[in-house]
Amino acid sequence: MDNLIQYAYVVAAALFIFGLKQLGSAATARRGNMISSSGMLLAIVAALLDQGILDYQMIVIGMVVGGAIGAYVARTVEMTAMPEMVAMFNGFGGMASLLVGMAAIAPGADAFTLTTIVLSILIGGMTFTGSLVAYGKLSERISSAAVMFAKQQMVNGLIVAGIVLSGVMFVNNPDATFWLFLVVVLSLAFGIMAVIPIGGADMPVVISLLNSYSGLAACAAGFAVDNNILIVAGSLVGASGIILTQIMCKAMNRSLSNVLFSGFGSGVQDTTEVEGEIKPISVEDAYYVLEAASSVAIVPGYGMAVAQAQHVVKELTELMEQNGAEVNFGIHPVAGRMPGHMNVLLAEADVPYDQLLEMDDINPRMETVDVAIVIGANDVVNPAARENEGSPIYGMPVINVDTARTVFVLKRSMASGFAGIENPLFYKENTRMLFGDAKESIGGLIREFS
Amino acid sequence: MIPAEVFLTFILMLSIFLGFELINKVPATLHTPLMSGANAISGITVVGAIALAGTGESDLAQWLGFFAVALASINVVGGYLVTDRMLAMFKKKEG
Repeated sequence: MDNLIQYAYVVAAALFIFGLKQLGSAATARRGNMISSSGMLLAIVAALLDQGILDYQMIVIGMVVGGAIGAYVARTVEMTAMPEMVAMFNGFGGMASLLVGMAAIAPGADAFTLTTIVLSILIGGMTFTGSLVAYGKLSERISSAAVMFAKQQMVNGLIVAGIVLSGVMFVNNPDATFWLFLVVVLSLAFGIMAVIPIGGADMPVVISLLNSYSGLAACAAGFAVDNNILIVAGSLVGASGIILTQIMCKAMNRSLSNVLFSGFGSGVQDTTEVEGEIKPISVEDAYYVLEAASSVAIVPGYGMAVAQAQHVVKELTELMEQNGAEVNFGIHPVAGRMPGHMNVLLAEADVPYDQLLEMDDINPRMETVDVAIVIGANDVVNPAARENEGSPIYGMPVINVDTARTVFVLKRSMASGFAGIENPLFYKENTRMLFGDAKESIGGLIREFS
Repeated sequence: MIPAEVFLTFILMLSIFLGFELINKVPATLHTPLMSGANAISGITVVGAIALAGTGESDLAQWLGFFAVALASINVVGGYLVTDRMLAMFKKKEG
């Protein structure tokens, strides 16, 4: 029986790997997710068949309650609230690993096992509280600004030193539960301290990093309970999270340590000088320009998510296409609050994915575009990133909307974007500002068209 | 006899490399579903939790296992369902 269970885990691991592979292409992704979930089902069934299990009651209640909550949330969550929900689920995974680590403590455990227990508590704990802070910031229950205070580095250093010390003390003396609880408390504190100094604009990086941690926590828990499937699945997730994190960092031309240890742009003085003047445009005039356009590129940002404008954007796209224009979307990798945030919102509004172009594909075409429409994006279209060495975002690859013949910027007001950086785009000769809520402005354009 | 830890560490190393290879070329369009799908997999902790909740070794371990099972189940069920919901929306242009 024991061997059978182990072989079932091997098959489950193969299903996870195959499922992840299929998730890599839009045509097969849904099947990939099914394959991966059947791997999970197999692993769970195999675990339940373990003869060491004496009492099924707690397990069943736990699975039913947890499963029901998960299913309810997954069905009802708004697509615009996806980033905070993913953050929350991440946190639960981390907490589960922390608990598994604690429950795995048995008399007579060797130093290796004890060390992995400490690791699963540490990583699980910081994933949990870090995810809660990320959830708070994304759902705006707490300020999404970077929270910095004096001696922050010193406090963090003390926490890390405390974790190392209490971890070592516990491994050497497993009966002293005081040190274990100190590890728990300090790990939870560390998660909070690690995420509060990171601003909302950097959340795509944080979310994918936390995702990676939740995998590593499961992996460490796997070592603690001596279970292969936890190690394999956990490290697959850990590695995939790291890759995504790297992609996000590259898209911002920043290093991971730069994201983690400094507020956005702090330390660099913004020397961007703006020339020219703001030229507002009315919905009516914007309509005349769009009506004559034969190619249009739409660049969405977080503002589209906030205004929940994705459905009206789709409607406008259809009207422009009926009018004979070619419409594409330019998606910057860090637009929004999680990796690929814009793709999900536009998919929700039924925009086909082959109309969504990545930055490198749309930039060469930008010069031939008649109208570029920027919806609530600031920093990802800022030409200062290309031109001005003194800008805090200098070097970050951006979508070059300013090379289009005309640029419409949909914006609530002239308040600067998340990074608080001047954007010379708004003052360019070919830029027109369409002030107001994005959803209302686009609604106005739709009425003009129809 | 080679200790079990060595085998486990081998598994760890190979899976990490495999994870890198699997994800490296994924288009940006799929980053969110990929992440929430991977997130659901991280709920694999549920397997460890099941063992601990059912062994009856100590009351504390049982309770910890119970809470771990519940939390990991949220992660697993919610993660897979929401990923499926997202992917169902991704469409190619008809015709």
